[in-house]
Amino acid sequence: MTTSSEGKSSVTAVPASSNMRLAKRLRRWLRRDPSLFFMPALLIVSLAITVAVHPQFSDFDLQSLAMGALPLAFAAAAQTLVVISGGIDLSIGSVMAVTNVLAASAMEKASFEQSLLLAVAVLVAGAVIGALNGLIVIISRIPDVVATLTTGFIWGGVALVILEKPGGGAPQEFLNLGTGTLFTPWLPNALVLLVVAVCVIWIPLRRSKLGLQLYAIGSDRIAAFRSGVNIDRTRFGAYIFSGLFSAVGGLGLTMTTGIGAPLAGVYYTLSGLAAVVVGGVSLAGGRGGMLGPLMAAFVLTLIPTDLIFLNIDPNFGQVIQGTLIVVIVMIGGFMDMERNRK
Amino acid sequence: MTEPAKPVFSRLGAAVTGGGLLSLLRTRTIVALIILLFALVAGIELTRPGTVNALWASNMLLFAAPLGIVAAGQTLVMLTGGIDLSVASVATASAYLMATHSGLGVAPAIFYGLGVGFVVGIINGIGVALLRVQPLVMTLGTGLMTEGLLVVYSQKKMAEAPRVPQFIEDLGAGKFLGGIPNDLIVWVPIAIILIFVLRRTGYGRLIYAVGDNSKACSLAGIRVWRILLVNYVTCGLLAAAAGLIIVGGTDSAELRLAEVYLLPSVAAVIIGGTSIFGGRGGYSGTIIGALILTVLNSILTLLDVPESVRQILYGAIILVLAAAYTRLTD
Repeated sequence: MTTSSEGKSSVTAVPASSNMRLAKRLRRWLRRDPSLFFMPALLIVSLAITVAVHPQFSDFDLQSLAMGALPLAFAAAAQTLVVISGGIDLSIGSVMAVTNVLAASAMEKASFEQSLLLAVAVLVAGAVIGALNGLIVIISRIPDVVATLTTGFIWGGVALVILEKPGGGAPQEFLNLGTGTLFTPWLPNALVLLVVAVCVIWIPLRRSKLGLQLYAIGSDRIAAFRSGVNIDRTRFGAYIFSGLFSAVGGLGLTMTTGIGAPLAGVYYTLSGLAAVVVGGVSLAGGRGGMLGPLMAAFVLTLIPTDLIFLNIDPNFGQVIQGTLIVVIVMIGGFMDMERNRK
Repeated sequence: MTEPAKPVFSRLGAAVTGGGLLSLLRTRTIVALIILLFALVAGIELTRPGTVNALWASNMLLFAAPLGIVAAGQTLVMLTGGIDLSVASVATASAYLMATHSGLGVAPAIFYGLGVGFVVGIINGIGVALLRVQPLVMTLGTGLMTEGLLVVYSQKKMAEAPRVPQFIEDLGAGKFLGGIPNDLIVWVPIAIILIFVLRRTGYGRLIYAVGDNSKACSLAGIRVWRILLVNYVTCGLLAAAAGLIIVGGTDSAELRLAEVYLLPSVAAVIIGGTSIFGGRGGYSGTIIGALILTVLNSILTLLDVPESVRQILYGAIILVLAAAYTRLTD
């Protein structure tokens, strides 16, 4: 890939002014990760459409957008990690459900300080569940699609054991972490929470050895193995972090809905994967970043909202989501074909 | 990728050394499956004497048929290295559409139901075969679309309550000749045709070839896209047919009717020895896989545990079986 671009640039050799160099660098970025440009554009367009169909767009709408997108964004983040490593995790929604009901049933009568401690415990639980998923995938040697489809089924059962019907709760101060605003009404806590969580978990991970190994085993497992990457350990790490992000998502669900619902998580497996695909992460692994899927989560949340404003059945949102996934993957496929042809 | 050579070698080894039990199981995995099935049945009879009788057996077949039919499509798709995650949505949509059109008569209603399977199947096929979208993504997308459209449709059709015609009810729940389930009339021919096609026809061999190495196939001049397209359409039609049988059994068309069939449909194929990477396996294993899962379900029902615990046990057993199987054949 790089060689072809070098070859091409030498053909179109031009006097290297700083302007041209910048343009070239931009073009290289675009080629490496088109979603970096595509996604902000898509997000801005969908925000613009929202404002256009709903001119009285207020800080309240922004808050509900951030609250709606929060769990989905974490589901997407969890999936992104695994997909970058060349795998897939179809149990994310169920893990979110487990952590959601765990949090809601444990925090019901807790004070704010206690609930913060419990939140940490829930995060640990999420990481442990992720670790179990990873162990099952690695030890059983069952293909990850099937293995995580099955563990998802199991965790769904666990969520129902913990809380049979929607219920539970959390102290108001804890809920405010997801529903309130910071400094101005235009800065929802949910958004702050998302940014903080991603900065605390993803950025150090991305810069660590494990982060590099995730990309390495995703792009070429055999090459990574021959360069001394421990494939099993890296995949294990991916699932642990996926569990951790799912747990944050589960906590986010508790904050934004105020209760625990054993069946609420299921939706997030598929929608999270949709956000990953729309966000430009290659399902073949090794390519893509975290920013794209997070923005895609907001876009996917805006679609049903806009449909409601337009007086269209919001259930069409799911249809649009399905269409978007397919179309975007097709575009990606065509771009790959073009690239290979050059 | 020396997989295809392996069974030949081990079979040769078994012939030379007389073959231990393990190598017999390895070469004839279906034997292991049948042993497991009988062990499960024996387990039921030992712990709850009197449970296993003709009525029980005929009920098992009745419940296994829709799963077996969905898994038939899944087998076809998996043999080519794909997967179809839209089968559950297709089955539900087929049942619902059939039920809302039952006023037109049975045949048109069934036509509408199967039509859903055909349309979704052809979209899947075009996406996977011609536009080269990964099967997982493609079928996930069409599954979401089908589900969403169905919800929209169901709200529009609120006035016309879905009604399951008598014919479908008989098909999904009835028995004839003192205990043979009616849905076997659909399942048995499908099974015979599928096994015959896979084993004895050129088309069947092409399916294995595409699953084994689709690049080599297209270099050899095989139109891979045709095979994939036909497979996905068949899978959609089979899922739709299964949806009709399922709704015949429950007698009420709900929006989450066939959701529970997605995991078992994949699990039956995997337990039945078809590789998810394609090129290896067959439908006879899937049939036994579907029977094993149905018997398992019946055991869990007998245990009288809450639905949630049942779900956990069912999933765990599927994991253990699939893991054992993957280990045995690897």
